[in-house]
Amino acid sequence: MRRSHEPIAWSLFGAGGMLLAFFGPGLVLTTALLPWLAAGDPQAAHAAIGALLAHPLGKVLVLACIALPLFHTLHRIYHGLHDLHLQAPRLPMQLLCYGGATLLSAISAWWLLLV
Amino acid sequence: MTDKVTVRVQRYRPEEDAAPWEQSFEVPYSEDLSILDALNQIKDQQDPTLSHRWSCRMAICGSCGVMVNNEPRLACKTFLRDYRDRGPVQVRALDNFPIERDLVSDISGLVEHLETVQPWLIRARESPVGEGAYLQTPEQMQRYAAFGQCINCGLCYAACPQFGRDPAFLGPGALALAQRYNLDSRDEGAAQRMQWLNADVGVWSCTFVGYCSEVCPKDVDPAAAINRGKVASDLNYAVNLFNILRGKDNA
Repeated sequence: MRRSHEPIAWSLFGAGGMLLAFFGPGLVLTTALLPWLAAGDPQAAHAAIGALLAHPLGKVLVLACIALPLFHTLHRIYHGLHDLHLQAPRLPMQLLCYGGATLLSAISAWWLLLV
Repeated sequence: MTDKVTVRVQRYRPEEDAAPWEQSFEVPYSEDLSILDALNQIKDQQDPTLSHRWSCRMAICGSCGVMVNNEPRLACKTFLRDYRDRGPVQVRALDNFPIERDLVSDISGLVEHLETVQPWLIRARESPVGEGAYLQTPEQMQRYAAFGQCINCGLCYAACPQFGRDPAFLGPGALALAQRYNLDSRDEGAAQRMQWLNADVGVWSCTFVGYCSEVCPKDVDPAAAINRGKVASDLNYAVNLFNILRGKDNA
């Protein structure tokens, strides 16, 4: 029996889903809504987020919050297309979905290093 | 005058029919009339050539699975009163299996998949009968009890789009059964079953559509069993990662 390598994709998918479920609403609240609704001073909020991005741990956290949900989404789209019978050849679709998630994650990591 | 209900039954007699077709029957209606009762009435009183499987009439044997209005159901557990005022009831053989005759499906593929996962207690060393039964606490039994309710009726296979597209997929019933034994404290065969869970045709063919759990007449929840199997297979992959990278692991 040939072992499936799906566990790699599924682990990233699962991690992204968990992260989104736990931190997603909080992230939207703190980065998009609170600065405008509650903080009263958008510039101070902007500076605070800037400080978070300047710290190595902050970079890791933000990268995790971008990269893992990307893998989660594209994994679901890849299998969703299969379920909808919109199946293109396997390898190009894998390259497009998982390669796309890898590429976008790498660009995010590069951008985070430059901040 | 007795109330009548129309049942449209799929017919297929391989020696004379090129393709399955539909035949309408009028059956005397009563509140407690099940689809199985209606089929038996048709066979006994109207057309003895109709073929359908059944045995226990109480959702234990799992042999009367059919599609009722496009939904996988046990004929004995489905009542015509629930289809009143919704037009004729359509009954046909289970989806995703070859049709042997009329409502009888060829479920040999399902039986093979069930056997594949070795659904019995595997022990490294069998205790002599004289030593008595293998003991288990109620808590230990609860871990697998729900997955042990399966009656192998095949409704989950008729519901599963992945099995429909690739009959090599072990499918919800067999994978739930594998989980049932892997979670049993008396069993020591999980390592043997893992190679099947880990395979492309094992848990990883499932995309968690979840229709199998919806149609299960015994509330086994095979989709949950498969997802637990995915966690187990995922851990197994991580534990064997070094060997996988060296190309020394193929199961």
